[in-house]
Amino acid sequence: MVETGERTSDAKIVVEHLDFHYGSVQALFDVSVEMAPRKVTAFIGPSGCGKSTFLRTLNRMNDIIPGTRVQGRVLIDGHDIYSNGTDVVALRRSVGMVFQKSNPFPKSIFENVVYGPRIHGEKNSARLREIAEQSLQRAGLWAEVKDRLDQNALSLSGGQQQRLCIARALAVGPEILLMDEPASALDPRSTARIEDLIGELREDYTIVIVTHNMQQAARVSDFTAFFYEGHLVEFGETQQIFTMPKKKQTEDYITGRFG
Amino acid sequence: MPRPRTKWTERCVEVTLVVAASTSIILVGLIFLFLFREAAPFVQHPGLSSLMGDRWIPVSFQKEQFGIYPLVTGSILVTAIATVVAVPFGVIGAVYLSEVARPAETETLKPFIELLAGIPSVVIGFFGLVVLAPFVKAAFGLETGLNAFTGGLLLGLMAIPTIMSVSEDALRSVPASYKQASLALGGNQIQTIWRITVPAALPGIVAAVMLGMGRVIGETMAVMMVTGDAAQTTFKPFESVRTMTATIAAEMGEVPFGSDHYRALFWVGIILLVATFLLNIVAQRVLKRYSVRQ
Repeated sequence: MVETGERTSDAKIVVEHLDFHYGSVQALFDVSVEMAPRKVTAFIGPSGCGKSTFLRTLNRMNDIIPGTRVQGRVLIDGHDIYSNGTDVVALRRSVGMVFQKSNPFPKSIFENVVYGPRIHGEKNSARLREIAEQSLQRAGLWAEVKDRLDQNALSLSGGQQQRLCIARALAVGPEILLMDEPASALDPRSTARIEDLIGELREDYTIVIVTHNMQQAARVSDFTAFFYEGHLVEFGETQQIFTMPKKKQTEDYITGRFG
Repeated sequence: MPRPRTKWTERCVEVTLVVAASTSIILVGLIFLFLFREAAPFVQHPGLSSLMGDRWIPVSFQKEQFGIYPLVTGSILVTAIATVVAVPFGVIGAVYLSEVARPAETETLKPFIELLAGIPSVVIGFFGLVVLAPFVKAAFGLETGLNAFTGGLLLGLMAIPTIMSVSEDALRSVPASYKQASLALGGNQIQTIWRITVPAALPGIVAAVMLGMGRVIGETMAVMMVTGDAAQTTFKPFESVRTMTATIAAEMGEVPFGSDHYRALFWVGIILLVATFLLNIVAQRVLKRYSVRQ
């Protein structure tokens, strides 16, 4: 990999002047932000504010949508992921993603977890079993599924499916974990489990989470970014954003006056 | 519990719907009924056992023989060849159309595929007779190009549109979330297609293949023109054969009404119907089993 960006800080992810277009519609305007390693950063804002779009620029998942355009830079460990010659496969190995709706493959629990390692060339079955156990342990699902790894993943409950998706993302060994409203489709108990899990994972991973739920952002994150109509309105420590927001818009949103 | 009162217009609509929906069942039932009625006297004379033979000589001065083995093997052989030809082209074509092609390419290709499905089979048979048969003859150094292989190739060609468009629908209905998950794990497009999308669409693809085979078994005109019209029991692809459909089409017009030969042809029809019926049931079973496993 070519070092195309000078390191300006010890941030894991540095975004500089990012504009994003869907065709002729601009979805993000001049977003600049830094995300610290081994911290949880939450993106909040009303629907359509661009927070999910922004999340998906961090592992280039927007690439698969035809007609999208990116300007600006996204540096991960100092490397601009939009520079020519970036290996998107390698990028997505180091930047895992968990989606809003749990999306396990219609395969067995075991095959779901080892899908990533398999496509990246791991053939040793002992090693694959080891990875599966570690990843499921890490996602807090091992105890519940260890006796039925060859059962279909779709037979799990919604919350278990989402933890399976987290295990699947962890199995390829990422350093960053992107979560797009990972608990929005879950019941309160499953949501609590996911939030606990985020708390445990922050020790080893840089986590970026999009959420609708402001209490959730307040509970799980170290830093919070408030987006509104494609602009990053305010970014800061979660404590400060929720207690002493500097911008009027942030305050209005947090206190529920709009959104 | 008394049913809530419905207005008579609603009753009318309901009855109309029930009648329309059951028409197909009634029709299938009637077809079976009439086939059996015409075929039944054959059971007393000359007896069903006379169907179990490998000689089909329905018109003879010595002894008429109604052995259907050559017709059945002819149909099986041609269908098998056609399936082997059509499945790879149909399925790979469908994968290309649904997963790889840009919208402009799909828009250009699809009308041609639909056109291929719409060509009258006698025209395809003509093409087979004039172009394909001489080519097969020259390519394999045969005495005649009119054989099971040519018939299979031609029928394969005719089955491709069916297999391709039904498979394409199945592939398109695979949730985008599966593909996204695979891509987000660092999978490339090929891995995503072969490890996720195609397996998820497999029940639909199997159904597509079964539908294609159904079309091949039932096809008459084209296959009659290019398979050589020789009712012999063989599984060699370069021999001339004759299928069940071709036999019925060729002989039904000239057979004396009510003769043994006439009734034997109805038995051939029944076997054909049962074969397609079984094919459908197997397809349903496969679909069900896969969908349960998913």
